[in-house]
Amino acid sequence: MIEAPDLSLAALAPLLFVFGAACIGVLVEAFGPREYRHPVQVAVALLGTVGAFVSTLRLAGTREITAGGALAVDGAALFLQATIAGLGALSLLLFAERSLDPARSAFVTSAAVPVGSPRDRELATSEQVQTEVYPLASFAIGGMMLFVASNDLLIMFVALEVLSLPLYLISGMARRRRLLSQEAAVKYFLLGAFASAFFLYGLALVYGATGSVRLRDIRAAAVADGTDVLLVLGLALLVVGLLFKASVAPFHSWTPDVYQGAPTPVTAFMAACTKVAAFGAILRLLYVAFGTSEWTWRPLIYGIAIVSMVVGAVLGLTQTDLKRMLAYSSIAHAGFLLTGVIGLQADGGGSGLAATMFYLLAYGLTTIGAFAVLTLVRDGDGEAGHLSQWAGLASRSPLTAAVMALFLLALAGIPLTAGFTGKFAVFRAAIESGAWPLAVVALLASAVAAFFYLRVIVLMYFSQPAADGPTVGVPGLPTVIVLAITATTTLALGIVPGAVLDLADRAAIFVG
Amino acid sequence: MSDLPFLLLMIAVPAVGAAVVAGLPKGRDLLAKQISLGVSLVVLLLAVLATVAFDVGGDRFQLATSVTWIADFGVSFALGVDGIALVMLLLVGVLVPVVIGASWDDTPPQDRSMKAYFAWLLLLEAMMVGVFAATDVFLFYVFFEAMLVPMYFIIGSFGGPRRQYAAVKFFLYSLVGGLIMLAAVIGLYVVSNSQLGEGTFAFDALRQLEITPGVQKLLFLGFFVAFAIMAPLVPFHTWLPDSGSEAPIGGAVLLVGILDKVGTFGFLRYCLPLFPDASRYFAPYVLVLAVAGILYAALLAMGQSDMKRLVSYTSISHFGFIALGIFAFTTEAGTGAVLYMVNHGIATGLLFLVVGMLIARGGSRSIGDYGGVAAKAPLLAGFFLLAGLASLALPGTNSFVSEFLVLIGSFPSRPVFTIIATVGIILAALYILLMYQRTMHGPPRGGLMSEPREPVTGGHGATAVATAPSRTLRVTDLSRRELAVVTPLAALIIVLGVYPQPLLDLIEPSVQATMSDVGATGGTDR
Repeated sequence: MIEAPDLSLAALAPLLFVFGAACIGVLVEAFGPREYRHPVQVAVALLGTVGAFVSTLRLAGTREITAGGALAVDGAALFLQATIAGLGALSLLLFAERSLDPARSAFVTSAAVPVGSPRDRELATSEQVQTEVYPLASFAIGGMMLFVASNDLLIMFVALEVLSLPLYLISGMARRRRLLSQEAAVKYFLLGAFASAFFLYGLALVYGATGSVRLRDIRAAAVADGTDVLLVLGLALLVVGLLFKASVAPFHSWTPDVYQGAPTPVTAFMAACTKVAAFGAILRLLYVAFGTSEWTWRPLIYGIAIVSMVVGAVLGLTQTDLKRMLAYSSIAHAGFLLTGVIGLQADGGGSGLAATMFYLLAYGLTTIGAFAVLTLVRDGDGEAGHLSQWAGLASRSPLTAAVMALFLLALAGIPLTAGFTGKFAVFRAAIESGAWPLAVVALLASAVAAFFYLRVIVLMYFSQPAADGPTVGVPGLPTVIVLAITATTTLALGIVPGAVLDLADRAAIFVG
Repeated sequence: MSDLPFLLLMIAVPAVGAAVVAGLPKGRDLLAKQISLGVSLVVLLLAVLATVAFDVGGDRFQLATSVTWIADFGVSFALGVDGIALVMLLLVGVLVPVVIGASWDDTPPQDRSMKAYFAWLLLLEAMMVGVFAATDVFLFYVFFEAMLVPMYFIIGSFGGPRRQYAAVKFFLYSLVGGLIMLAAVIGLYVVSNSQLGEGTFAFDALRQLEITPGVQKLLFLGFFVAFAIMAPLVPFHTWLPDSGSEAPIGGAVLLVGILDKVGTFGFLRYCLPLFPDASRYFAPYVLVLAVAGILYAALLAMGQSDMKRLVSYTSISHFGFIALGIFAFTTEAGTGAVLYMVNHGIATGLLFLVVGMLIARGGSRSIGDYGGVAAKAPLLAGFFLLAGLASLALPGTNSFVSEFLVLIGSFPSRPVFTIIATVGIILAALYILLMYQRTMHGPPRGGLMSEPREPVTGGHGATAVATAPSRTLRVTDLSRRELAVVTPLAALIIVLGVYPQPLLDLIEPSVQATMSDVGATGGTDR
C-alpha cells in the first residue's frame, strides 16, 4: 500500500493561495462573461498574491520540512516567497494598467493572429483586452515560490518548468512591435529549454552519484566523498541551469533581447521576480546541498561573479535602448548578488544569505519601479525606449524624471537609497569571508555601471528636449500605486533599513 | 543654550530648507532666495554658537550626539566636532550665505528655475556639514557620497557650455574614489569585528585598533585614493579644472572652497589617526605628490587663458601646500595646513566671486578679452587685487600666516621638500599678478572697451554662462549687492591676516592630538 506523504497545509498556504488563484483564473477565462473578465481576473490574481504575502508573514518563524521531505518551509523560503509575492503583486498591477496605451492594454488582443494579417490590423485598434496573462502570471509566481522552497531536486525542476513556461508565453504577447516580442519569446524558449536540459542532466548525474534527489542526502554524500567526479559535474550542470534563469553572464545572452522584446510590465516581472526565484534556488542548492563542500563551487561562483559584473557593466555602456540598458544592468546586478552568495564562511556562518536576500528585495523593488517609469514615456508607436528620446524629460515632466532619477541612483548604489544598503550588505559579506579582491572588482564594476545610469540622468536633466519628443502619459491608479510603493521603499530601505535588515538576518535560516 | 544639538540642527535646518524651497510653486523665485538666505544665515549663527559652546581645552570630540542608525551594520548616527571640524563648519557657515548672495541675480540657463539651484545649494550645505561633523566612518561615507549628488546637479544644470561633460567627470571621479574608500571602510569594519568581537564604525573605537602593517597599508590606500581625488592631488586632479570652470560661480566657490577640503580633512581625520604606521610609510610618496602638485599646477595655471580654469589650477597648487603641511607630521605644519584650508576657502572663494563678476560683465572667461578694466571699475579691480594678493600669500593677508606656518613647520622634518615647495610661492605671484595685470590694466583690447551700444539694463548676475564674447564689454563697477557679497570675505582676509590667534587656538589642540596619534609630537622630530 502506498502511503500518502504528510502534507502540512498550513505551511503550504502561500503556495495554495497563488496556485488556487491561477486555477480560478483559468476557470474564469473559460466561463466568465467577457465584459467582466478583466476586473475579475485582476482581482483574483491580486487576491492570490496578496493572500500569499500575508500568509508568509503569518508563518514567520516556521521551520518545517513537509510534503514528504520535498518542501522546506524555513526563514529563507518564507522571506523569498514574501518577496516574490509582493513583487508579483506589483507586477500584476502594472499588467492591469489601462490608461496608458490608447488601445487600453499592453498585451496583444489575440496572440495567435499572425502579425500583419488583416485580422491583426483590425485588432490593433480594438479595445478588447486579453486576460489570459493573469492566470499565466499567477502560475509563474506560484512556480517561483515553489522553486525557492524546494528541498528536492525533482521538485526544483518541476518548479523551474512551472515558472518558465508561462514566462515564455507572456513575453511574446506585446501589443506593439509584435515581431520583436515573438522573436524574444522564441529565443527565450529555445535557450530556456537548453538550460532546463542542463539542469536535468545535472540532476541525473547527481542522482547517479548519490542515489538521492533530496538536498539533505546529497549533502551527506558530499561529506562522505566530495570529490566524486559525477557529483561535481552534476553540481556544475545544475548551477548552469540556475544561472541561466538568474541571467548571469556568460549565460545571459537571452536577457537583452527578451527584456527588450517582452511587454514592459512582463520585463519588470521577469527582472524582479525571476531573479529572486533563481537566486533563492541557487542559495538553497549551494548552501544546503553543497554547503559542506563549498570549495567545489566557490571558485566557480567567484569567477562567474566577476565575468557577470564586468560584462553587465561594460556592455551596458554601449546600449542606446533603455530596456536593453536595464537588461545589462540586471546582468551586472546578478554579479553583485553572487558576491553575496560567496559570503558563506567555511563554518556555515557569515552574513551572505541575509545580505543576498536583502539585496534581492531592494533590487526587485527598484527595478520594477524603473520599468514602471519606462511604460509612462511614450510616442506614437508605443513606449519611447531610445535614450535620445529621453532628452530634456525633466523640463517636460519633472516628477517622472525625479522618480526615474531616484531609481537610477539606487541602481547605481548611491547612499541613502536601497541599492546602497544592499551593496554594502553583500560586499560586507564577501569581505568578511575573505573575498576582498572580489569586492574590489565589484566596486570598480559599480563605478563603471554608474556611468550608464548617470548618462540617463544627464539626458533627462541637462539636455535640451527634442522638438518632437515623446509624451509622458498620465498613468492610471495601478501604475501610480506601483510607483508610490517602489519609490517610497527604495528611499526607506536606504534611510531606515534597520528593520528589514534585521528581518532578513533572522530569516536567514535553511532547514534541510 | 549650550546643550542644543547644534550639529544636528546644522544638518536638519538646511535639509528642511531645501525641501521647502524645492516645494515652492513656480515663479516664486524671490521667496526662494529669501528663504535660502535666511536658512543659510541661521546655519552661520548655529556655527558661531557651536564655536562659543566649544571648550578649547576640553575633550577631543565635543557637542557629540549619537543615535543607533542601522543596528545590523553597527552604524550610529554619531556627530561630534574637534577643532579642525569646527573651523570647517565655520567656513561652510560663512561661504554659503555669500554664495547665495552672489547668485541672487543670476539668470538660469534655458528654462531652468533658480528655485532648484537654491534648493540644491541648501541640500549641499546640509551634506557638507554632515561630512565634517560625522564621527562614524559609515556615516561619513554616506555624506561623502551623498554630497556629490547636489553638486552634480548644480554643475550639470546650471553650469557652462560643457557642463554635461564636467558634471559626469566630477561625479565619476569622486564616485570611483568613494567606492574604493567603501572597500576600505568595510575592511575596517571587518578588522574591528575580529578584534573587538563586534563590528563598529565609531571613529573612537576604530582608533584603538591594532591593525597589522600589511592591512594598514591597503586600508590607508583605500582612504587615501578617495581623498586624493577629492583634494585633489596631482595625478588625480584632472577633473577639477573642468568642474571648476564649468560650474556656476556659486557652485565653483563651494566646490573648491569646501568640497575639496573634505579630501585634506579626510587625510587628517582618517588616514593619520587610523593608520599611523601606513601614514609614516607612505608620507614620503605623498610629499612627492604634494610638492609636484604645487609646482606642476602652478605652471599650468600660468598657461591658462580661461580665468576660471586658472583659479582652479591655483587651487590644486594650494592643495599641495596643505598636503605638505599634513604629511610633514609636525604640529606647527599641521596647524598651518588646517588654517590654510580655511584661508584658501576665503581667498579663493573671493577670487572666484570677483572673477565671476568680471565674467558676468564681459561675457567671456578668456583673459585675452579683457584689459584696462580697473579704469572703469576701480572697486572690482581692488577686490580682484586683494583676493589675488591673499591667494599668493602676501604678508598681511590671511594666507600668509598659514603658508608661513606650513613652511616653517615642515622645514625641520622635511627640509628638501619644503625648499622646493617655496618655489611655488614665486610662481603664485607670477600667475596671479599676470592675470591681474592683463585684465585690469593696460589698453582695452580688441575694441571690447567701447561704451555699451545700448544702455545696460537688468541685473548682472555672477553666473558665468559663457556665451560668445559680446563685442562691447559692459563695465560697470560693483553694485551694492555685489559689495555686500565680497566685503565680508575681504574683511576676513585682513582680519585673519592680522589676528589669526583665535582660529589657531581652536585648531592646535586637535592637530596636536592627531599628530600624537601618528607618533609625531614636537616640531623638530623626524
